[in-house]
Amino acid sequence: MRLTCPLCGPRDRREYSCLGAEDYLNRPGAGAAPEAWDAYLHLRDNPAGRARDLWYHEGGCREWLLVTRSTVTHEVFAVELVAGRSGAAE
Amino acid sequence: MAELIAKPVFAGQGPLEKAGLTLEPLPSGPIWLVALYPGAAARAAKLLKPLGLSFPEPGRCSSADDLRLIWAGRDQAFLLGAAPPEGLTDTAALTDQSGGWAGLSLSGPGVEAALTRLVPLDLRLREFPPGRAARSLLNQIPALILREDETRFAIRVPRSMARSAWADCALALERLEARAER
Ligand SMILES: [Zn+2]
Repeated sequence: MRLTCPLCGPRDRREYSCLGAEDYLNRPGAGAAPEAWDAYLHLRDNPAGRARDLWYHEGGCREWLLVTRSTVTHEVFAVELVAGRSGAAE
Repeated sequence: MAELIAKPVFAGQGPLEKAGLTLEPLPSGPIWLVALYPGAAARAAKLLKPLGLSFPEPGRCSSADDLRLIWAGRDQAFLLGAAPPEGLTDTAALTDQSGGWAGLSLSGPGVEAALTRLVPLDLRLREFPPGRAARSLLNQIPALILREDETRFAIRVPRSMARSAWADCALALERLEARAER
């Protein structure tokens, strides 16, 4: 498996580590209800098909990446930087 | 501040020659991480210009004599060979990492054949010409890899893993030589 880092180019899977679902980008506000925190921490879809996951380019540029890929065919549709997305910390 | 006694990383380690290639320690020198502040690229460019350097694009290295400015990440680069110029503190966060790295030089005709055994990148000349650089892995060691010229790579690894990196490179040369002897 290879992911094309927007900065580094196509790189071997060994250079990356996977954190998990995109949900980690959507942290509830400080005053959010316990249900929102429960969902944020524990509730995940388990899609057969398109999934959006956070990957860390640990063996390369150290950027967090948002990877859209198919869990069925392993096709990778998009790899985007998390930095610079709206709402991302500078 | 107390001046501590610096111990060389590869104390007493001479060059290793095998398979027509040479593995040798690189002399240690200043290494600074230059992390640009948001919107400071133009000002940094002005300060780097008198040194003959420009802030590198991803995967590139800007060189002037013994100075190297190697891309290290988004708006980040490693400056090798000198302390950052006066005034750069206003445009970038600067970290002296000189003691944190160890360098190896691997050189000789067909040097890619050895490095390809360790690094998951296409290092052939046409894909990775002189001036190209990459942060990648040397076996499992995070490494900063720079092609200095057609037959020479400079590899920098965290100092704590220097001897493992040396051993990995030495083993690659040994196996390459064994293959050539058959
Ligand atoms: Zn990368």
